Amino acid sequence: MRLTQGTFSFLPDLTDDQIRAQVEYCLTQGWALSIEYTDDPHPRNTYWEMFGQPMFDLHDAAGVMAEVASARATFAGQYIKLNAFDSTRGVESVRLSFIVNRPAREPGFALTREEAAGRSIRYTIRSYAVERPEGERYP
Amino acid sequence: MDAKRRYTAGVLKYAEMGYWDAEYEPADTDILALFRITPQEGVDPEEAAAAVAGESSTATWTVVWTDRLTAADTYRAKAYRLEPVPGSEDQYFAYIAYDLALFEPGSIANLTASIIGNVFGFKPLKALRLEDMRFPAAYVKTFDGPPTGIVVERERLDKFGRPLLGATTKPKLGLSGRNYGRVVYEALKGGLDFTKDDENINSQPFMHWRDRFLFCMEAVNRASAASGEVKGHYLNVTAATMEDMYERAEFAKELGSVVVMIDLVIGYTAIQSISKWARRNDMILHLHRAGHGTYTRQKAHGISFRVISKWMRLAGVDHIHAGTVVGKLEGDPDMVQGYYDVLREPRNEVDLQRGVHFEQDWAGLRKVMPVASGGIHAGQMHQLLTYLGEDTVLQFGGGTIGHPMGIQAGATANRVALEAMVLARNEGRDIWNEGPEILAQAARDCRPLKAALDTWGEITFDYTSTDTPDFVPTATPA
Repeated sequence: MRLTQGTFSFLPDLTDDQIRAQVEYCLTQGWALSIEYTDDPHPRNTYWEMFGQPMFDLHDAAGVMAEVASARATFAGQYIKLNAFDSTRGVESVRLSFIVNRPAREPGFALTREEAAGRSIRYTIRSYAVERPEGERYP
Repeated sequence: MDAKRRYTAGVLKYAEMGYWDAEYEPADTDILALFRITPQEGVDPEEAAAAVAGESSTATWTVVWTDRLTAADTYRAKAYRLEPVPGSEDQYFAYIAYDLALFEPGSIANLTASIIGNVFGFKPLKALRLEDMRFPAAYVKTFDGPPTGIVVERERLDKFGRPLLGATTKPKLGLSGRNYGRVVYEALKGGLDFTKDDENINSQPFMHWRDRFLFCMEAVNRASAASGEVKGHYLNVTAATMEDMYERAEFAKELGSVVVMIDLVIGYTAIQSISKWARRNDMILHLHRAGHGTYTRQKAHGISFRVISKWMRLAGVDHIHAGTVVGKLEGDPDMVQGYYDVLREPRNEVDLQRGVHFEQDWAGLRKVMPVASGGIHAGQMHQLLTYLGEDTVLQFGGGTIGHPMGIQAGATANRVALEAMVLARNEGRDIWNEGPEILAQAARDCRPLKAALDTWGEITFDYTSTDTPDFVPTATPA
């Protein structure tokens, strides 16, 4: 399966030129870029690992791209995303977030059902990848 | 007029009773209203404005001595400004100020009982329309506002940087719960973030509400597992009584739904009640504006949707249908953008072209996500993004379910068109002019999008709007 979290996951994987153009857009808006990675892509896994601090003081797309390259080199087999953070009052949240690296094989998720009273069903979504220990999920 | 004469039994003109005061300087704490009035022939417009101020505050048709038991001068609303409506011979804009003490804190029912309670049937007026209102920060702060708001909704859904995508299940009536859930599953799996009950889907003989909720949640969870994304279906909890609505909302919560839905026709008090429930239960609250067209559409009489938008932001909904500009339903571009501004901005400046007549500070109240729904399709993506921006839900019902390759393909076409358009906009491309080219390019990697463009690319709804701006920009010499 293809994990479709992030702003551009329904498009073919972005090229580095395309990623750079988005980074430039974010910098023009005054947003801070940050990189996060994970090997547990559960839809409610909010806290991916931070690849360093948000780059509040980095205003140069080339610098951000160098960080992306470094993240890819370190965590080639994991999901990596670029976030843009807007600290404007009343927003103070992520404004753009898209995947820039994904494992070669994405095993997807199992849906388990627990039958409860009155035909209700309790659903649990579990990533097949997390059957293996952290760090060994995407060889 | 001295007090003795003023309070002599009999009938006085409203203006003479103190409801017209051209000298009045509205206080920062006043609630302000702008009415469009069309006086009957022979009725003086100042007197008509005073009558509206009187009948929407303390007055009755004759002098009453019991006014003298109160601080009547302060409780009287004051019409303080009157302007002819540009381009119209018999209409006037009347500005009226109301003292804050006239209103119960945090109650839309109380506010509206005054402002629109009696005056709309008043004989000396041919027609009356409430165009805009200004609420002081002190009054805004008495409301909880949206239970979730745009920012928190995005954080919960983990969806940023693009409009959200939805679809209303069609046909709107007649499907069994099992078949209904099929449509939901296909649309969500294909790439939509939300699907939606229609306004008149409640609990009918062909589909009991519990059945719908159960099948829809199966669909939502299956689609979520298939994509790795958080998904939702607006479960409509509209019902005959508040007790029924709470029962349905509780069941939606038990099943793990992230969102419930209500219709505007349930009334302001019911909306505020379910809003408090939604806030207690971390539930996104979707409002369908069922019925609004009966009083918002005609320009001379009724209530502007801009005012309904302001009331609903105070009352506390997270989503509200607010127009598409390009779709099948009424909506002048300037007017619709004015509603979006009122729902989404932390503060509104006066913008006459968009029909925004007052500054409004929302005092930190959360933002409502406007929903664009009704006759829109993938081929209009560049127009939708340009007019409506990023913080909106674009709902393609027919434009998803009517796709020639099936519902999943319809959903995928919309999602690809949207992502391609946002990508291009961020790259600095002129999407207004290059839109069709950007879509055609994206369709090269996506057969469903190509099929959607081939089917609907040329479909437009070009009809003249009835609710249009009164103020148009004039060219100023450089």
